[in-house]
Amino acid sequence: VTELLDCRGQRCPLPVIALARLMTQVPVGAVVRLLADDPAAAVDVPAWCRMRDQEYIGSPADDTYEVRRRT
Amino acid sequence: VSEGASDNVIGMARSGYFDVAGAAPPHPAAREALAAALADGWADPTRLYTQARRARQLLDAARGATAEILRVRPDEVTFCANGTAACHLATLGLLEGRRRVGATFVHSAVEHSAVLHATRWHVDRGGSAVSVPVDRLGRVDVAAFASAVAAPGVAAAALISASHEVGTVQPVEAVAGACADAGVPLFVDAAQSLGRQPVPPGWSVLTGSAHKWGGPPGVGLLVIRTGTRWAPPFPSDERESGRVPGAPALPAIVAAAASLRAVAAEAAAADARLRALVDRIRASVAATVPDVEVVGDPTDRLAHLVTFSVLYVDGEALVHELDRLGFAVSSGSSCTSSTLEPSHVLVAMGVLSHGNVRVSLPLDVDEAEVDRFLAALPDVVSRLRAQSGAVGL
Repeated sequence: VTELLDCRGQRCPLPVIALARLMTQVPVGAVVRLLADDPAAAVDVPAWCRMRDQEYIGSPADDTYEVRRRT
Repeated sequence: VSEGASDNVIGMARSGYFDVAGAAPPHPAAREALAAALADGWADPTRLYTQARRARQLLDAARGATAEILRVRPDEVTFCANGTAACHLATLGLLEGRRRVGATFVHSAVEHSAVLHATRWHVDRGGSAVSVPVDRLGRVDVAAFASAVAAPGVAAAALISASHEVGTVQPVEAVAGACADAGVPLFVDAAQSLGRQPVPPGWSVLTGSAHKWGGPPGVGLLVIRTGTRWAPPFPSDERESGRVPGAPALPAIVAAAASLRAVAAEAAAADARLRALVDRIRASVAATVPDVEVVGDPTDRLAHLVTFSVLYVDGEALVHELDRLGFAVSSGSSCTSSTLEPSHVLVAMGVLSHGNVRVSLPLDVDEAEVDRFLAALPDVVSRLRAQSGAVGL
């Protein structure tokens, strides 16, 4: 994991906006671990990856999502 | 208030109204029948005097007309308080009627919340439930449904005729076949398709909601095929064949039947027009709004309904901003729900849940209003994205 992004307490779409912003700043191949406790993140983070052609690695723990920058 | 002035107010309220999947504006036939039935059908239809006989005639006629459109027997048609009550009665009545067989209820993951609430009620009282997944388009997995109903101890199953949130038509006939093979009665919630599309055969219990087809609010439809093992799950009396207690909302039922007859007659012509307008919305939204996901089946769908999700935008803000511009739409985003949970339908499909908008067009929608909506949407989205700093992502 290259970067940790803590968005706990934020409601969607804020965690997804923060994730998208950070992704423009990390190198291709970097892995971002997002902490988000809004229940919508569980569907919205993988959906964002699909729509923006990024790699959704998975959810290794509750409220935790890992994404690798692909493009 | 003069007649003309009140007509004008009604007309103004109608323009830009794109939420018939929530509540359709009353069809003119419904308004006319409601006024007539209020004047003529207010008495208790179970009594033995002249006024009661008149009320009973009206109720019988409404039941007969509804049965004719649904191609069922009049004694299979029951009226209840609303679509939600109909879903509760359908679910829990089948489970009650088949309790000796088992206590498992099989349903798709995209049923209306009324069915899921009845399921929760059943599970809280010791029953069990199996939720069958859907694909990315929101269509239930027929093989998984078939294997779920073939398991021992399944009392009943439920499948919505077409998704109320994304419009995808469900494989009712195939699922009904699997249920018949397993000897399990199927409940079909047809709230979104009644009066619009024929319901495929094979169901045991069917429900509907009059205000979705242009009838008044406050009338639910519960149809139970003869021979179905259904038993009242709540206290009942002699009304509605012992299925729904208390005095029926007779004037509203008369209006509901009149509007069902009217919309069913208009449905074929309206279907092609609405289908083309929804195709236009699907294409235009995808082409003019960056980072948007238009969801649901693009072709095998309800004619009048389309849903899309806009990345980086708050669904509630989108609904408010569109309302300010004169457009009424609904949203399945979590911020618009009382529970702050995203729509279970969008979650089951695995599609973006924030920035969600559902557009459902009235039968007589003005094409120019649709174009005005499509012209306004890109600016609304970019304004909201700019406000939340979601620019250059």
